Amino acid sequence: MNGTLKKAAIACLLMFGLLMININYVQAVKADELRTDSRNQRSFFARYESERGLITAGGETLVKSVDTGREKTFRFQRKYTDGPVYAPVIGFFAPESERGIEGTENQYLNGTHPDLFVRRTVDMVTSKPLRGASVDLTLVPKAQKVAYQDMQRSGKRGAVVALDPKTGAVLTMVSVPSFDPNPIAVPDRAKAARAYNKLDADDNEPLINRATQKTYAPGSTFKVVTSAAYLSEDGSRDVNTTVDAPDVLPLPGTTIVLRNYHGESCGGRATLIDALTISCNTAFGTMALEMGYDKLQEQAAKFGVGQELSIPLGVVKSDIGKDEGKAALTQTAIGQRSNQMTPLQMAMVAAAVGNEGKVMKPYLVNKIVTPDGDEIETARPEELDEAVTPDVADKLRQMMVSVVQNGTGTAAQLPGITVAGKTGTAETAKGAASHAWFISFAPAEDPKVAVAVFVESGSAGNDATGGAVAAPIAHDVMQAVLGK
Amino acid sequence: MSNAVDVAAVPMTAKRRGAQLVMLAFAVAIVMVAYANVGLGINGQVPAGMLAYGLGLGGLMLAAYFVLARFAPWADPLILPLVTLVNGIGLVMIYRIELSGQPGASAGNQLFWTAVGVVMFSATLIVLRDHRALQRMTYTAGFVGLALLILPLVPFLGREINGARIWVGIGGFSIQPGEFAKLALVVFFAGYLVAKRDVLALAGRRLLFIDLPRARDLGPVLITWGVSVGVLVFEKDLGTSLLLFGAFIAMLYIATQRTSWVLIGILLFVGGALAAGQVFDHVQNRFQVFLDPSDPALYDKIGGSFQLLQGLFAFGSGGILGTGLGQGHPREIPLSFSDFIFAATGEELGLTGLMALLMVYALIVERGLRTSIAARDPFSKLLAGGLSFILAWQVFIIVGGVTNLIPLTGLVTPFMSQGGSAVLANWILIALLVRMSDAARRPPPQAIQDEGLTQVFQR
Repeated sequence: MNGTLKKAAIACLLMFGLLMININYVQAVKADELRTDSRNQRSFFARYESERGLITAGGETLVKSVDTGREKTFRFQRKYTDGPVYAPVIGFFAPESERGIEGTENQYLNGTHPDLFVRRTVDMVTSKPLRGASVDLTLVPKAQKVAYQDMQRSGKRGAVVALDPKTGAVLTMVSVPSFDPNPIAVPDRAKAARAYNKLDADDNEPLINRATQKTYAPGSTFKVVTSAAYLSEDGSRDVNTTVDAPDVLPLPGTTIVLRNYHGESCGGRATLIDALTISCNTAFGTMALEMGYDKLQEQAAKFGVGQELSIPLGVVKSDIGKDEGKAALTQTAIGQRSNQMTPLQMAMVAAAVGNEGKVMKPYLVNKIVTPDGDEIETARPEELDEAVTPDVADKLRQMMVSVVQNGTGTAAQLPGITVAGKTGTAETAKGAASHAWFISFAPAEDPKVAVAVFVESGSAGNDATGGAVAAPIAHDVMQAVLGK
Repeated sequence: MSNAVDVAAVPMTAKRRGAQLVMLAFAVAIVMVAYANVGLGINGQVPAGMLAYGLGLGGLMLAAYFVLARFAPWADPLILPLVTLVNGIGLVMIYRIELSGQPGASAGNQLFWTAVGVVMFSATLIVLRDHRALQRMTYTAGFVGLALLILPLVPFLGREINGARIWVGIGGFSIQPGEFAKLALVVFFAGYLVAKRDVLALAGRRLLFIDLPRARDLGPVLITWGVSVGVLVFEKDLGTSLLLFGAFIAMLYIATQRTSWVLIGILLFVGGALAAGQVFDHVQNRFQVFLDPSDPALYDKIGGSFQLLQGLFAFGSGGILGTGLGQGHPREIPLSFSDFIFAATGEELGLTGLMALLMVYALIVERGLRTSIAARDPFSKLLAGGLSFILAWQVFIIVGGVTNLIPLTGLVTPFMSQGGSAVLANWILIALLVRMSDAARRPPPQAIQDEGLTQVFQR
């Protein structure tokens, strides 16, 4: 029987050989495919395995990872303090995805960024657990909360953006309605998806960051851009240059006319400073007709219109619309028709006027700090463009100061500080309520903060104007930033 | 002095008891380190009970060693340390899976059954001084084996767990009689085939290049096949069915040296499986799952590929080096402490660890087959060969199943899966192999007198 026994022995070895070859195939060749299969919960656990970095701003901890003690499954859970106040910026860290700063700075936060390689290696050798780096934001918590409360209190929808005009640092970015990221960050795919889907289906679009992801008709706040173009076109023009400002401006080639707000009169002719102060539509219509579409378009582009930005949140393009003839142009000049701006873009306009004409690139991340407290990356302010010369910027500043002192924007006045601003009330459709806007910067002589407030149509009554609805919010935000 | 020359001329097999003791200590040490590793991997601390656990396992194995040294001194020195290692790794994995919180996993239980298993091992060695006694019980063994197989079908006694009716409940215990049936039937096959092998081997016609047996000699094959199919149909236990039939065919081949038996066996099995596939959903299901385990439709189906795929995910996530003990996610794999313990082990020990484990299994099997080649009588050869083969075959079926080399059929992984019946049965299996290796390696009788008509032999 020894012959057959030897053959049986070979058969047994063959079976073990087959098992070994197959295990090599499964664990070496197919391993990656199996590891990354979406049904393999392990990749999902890995997201919660290491301590993700903090997100801070102005010395406050906005987001932290809490050790739940659930070893090897959902160990660290994300906790958002004042969730809705910051959610449009910070976003969320959900079981299968991440949004906002949580997404754009993910590699720093989870510790896999190449810049953290050396530290990670050292930690591995000394068998310390992997920890992510912290992200410090430029936001000013006090101003952020004020802006959110002001918007939230009266049930308004809209956005508030505050910038440091000299650097481009985003001091406030609020979008309302907002959401609480905590339910989306629970380590349970089904629960998180339910929370997300509920928000996603909400008609008020709480998941949209209105400051950066949507554009709206800017209304009269755009007159600052029109003024900039008009002043830049001819250096001899100044705030006292007069233009035609009829009660009714016939639009060339049509039977319709351009009127002032509520049919008011600007007295036939107006200086530039008066035209802006009382927000005279026909005066700006006249300027636009005199300059033509291209001039206005170029000026807008210099303020950043038409550019997609990454701050590092994605910012959609603003656009003044196509050249659709002279009638359309007069409406574009007063921020109507196809003229569509993000609230961030309008804050950039105000900031550029305050910063002697220079447009700074907005940014949200102040610095990246390792768990040991070493800064590995610090923001460097970056100039995007020069929108206007310092001379023109100075003239615009005078005009905007006048708006707040004598015109439609008096609600934004601050005690002892000169404020420059411009109101906007944009018609959205015939008969529908208007968008209310306000852009400003302060102190006018040496600005520390530039603000754009946008209140969406219908959310603040049918007769909402920029001066009545938006300017008070800008007032509070500027006050919070300036600490007065 | 002619006397001295004569003694030197007879080659003496080394007992290698010292080497065995060292290897046994080494196996226990590996298991203790693995145990400590689980604690370190999970919470950075050496488990509190490590010393007690290690000393317990060490003491148990030392006792087994003394029994072996006393009652089977010539036994193969490798078998016991190798089995100790596999059993120990299994205990560590079950301990680890219990810590992960998977319901049903109990290291304490398994340790208890391991202890009972070692007691059974010792008892078998002490009681069964000559394994050839089993040859006299051929038909008794056959009857007992069959009865054990049928036992789960008895109303009120049998229990259906996880879709297979292979359990018998006695009091609070559930036992799997199939595991013991496996032993009894191999004993029966060995005894029966030794008696009938000449007939089965010689009678018959030659057709083309295959020697066909006579029709009436097909009887036993058909009966075994019928029993296997019966197990498959009534107990829904594909694994045991395949295990028994495969073992029988292999032993038939070993006994008769006829390839035709293997071919007939394969034909019968394939025919049976195809027919079963047509009739029973669960058989066809298994086959579809085998073809494409990642198919989402099968994944979501009840009784579909969920478990297999979770096991494969574990293998894939373990990769070449594994996550390390205590650092995987065995809880994700259903039944990771029993049928799928190999997947849980693969995740934490990686390809490297599994290759080593398979090597250890292969060594146990080859030591068993070596015993069978060295054995001096046909019954011992066939019994040792059959027991070794059934061990290899069982590892092949279950490991091949969980790694999707072959369709998955539930079986326990010998010495690793949690389950008292399997641990006991397999320790008895090892005791039989040890007993036979002792007989095989024992030096032939030596004459203690120089000459004379009456010779006194000493064993």
